[in-house]
Amino acid sequence: MKVREIADILDAAFFAGEEFADLEVQAACGADLMSDVMAFVKERVVLLTGLMNPQVLRTADLLDIKVVVFVRGKKPTSDLVEIAKETGTVLMSTKYSMFLACGRLYEAGLRNGGVREIA
Amino acid sequence: MDFSAAGKASTEVKKLLSSIGFDSSLVKRVAVAMYEGEMNVAIHGGGGQAEVNLDPSQIKIRFIDHGPGIADIDLAMTEGYSTASEEVRSMGFGAGMGLPNMKRNADVLEISSAVNEGTTVTLLWRLGAVS
Repeated sequence: MKVREIADILDAAFFAGEEFADLEVQAACGADLMSDVMAFVKERVVLLTGLMNPQVLRTADLLDIKVVVFVRGKKPTSDLVEIAKETGTVLMSTKYSMFLACGRLYEAGLRNGGVREIA
Repeated sequence: MDFSAAGKASTEVKKLLSSIGFDSSLVKRVAVAMYEGEMNVAIHGGGGQAEVNLDPSQIKIRFIDHGPGIADIDLAMTEGYSTASEEVRSMGFGAGMGLPNMKRNADVLEISSAVNEGTTVTLLWRLGAVS
């Protein structure tokens, strides 16, 4: 699924990286805990999160996550926008909650994500 | 405690390993483990050092802090167990996944710790081995 499709499905606004709208993602991760994000390392991932701080973008950068969507109508602060521009990360915001945002993407065909057995 | 610097060393090491030409999945495993280690040192150790050693046979990263130490290492290794503060949790850490994530991503994880003296965590990746 392309970044521009994600933006359409989530009725999202771009705050950085709109020039990467043709980038393709294959999996999604919805999490507010960065350690949980790091427990599910996959390729070509869009990260949906309600957390807003520089650690989100640092985690994304370390995991080669190029697309970050903030849920629940949260607008990224200017320092985050700056970091995203430096690292070439797409930043978007959607009005939808985590549940609805993930559900809309899943319904639209983005169905890969991390699975772990119950330990 | 200022956590803003935690993760910068991991980012540098990741760039270095990528530029040397290591396989991207290995680079990611090292980056994740090191980032978790850095956060641990910042959150629990009150700051500390990371030593990164690279030779043709292995990548070795050692974290050293002089914080409160770990009383029960088995418990600390349990996924979901955390002693992190609310402040740390509000930043998206303190999920009790740090040490387990480090173990999962490294070939070898060694912890030595003494209460009230500090903790040393060593991570090892053997080069040339199947990862």
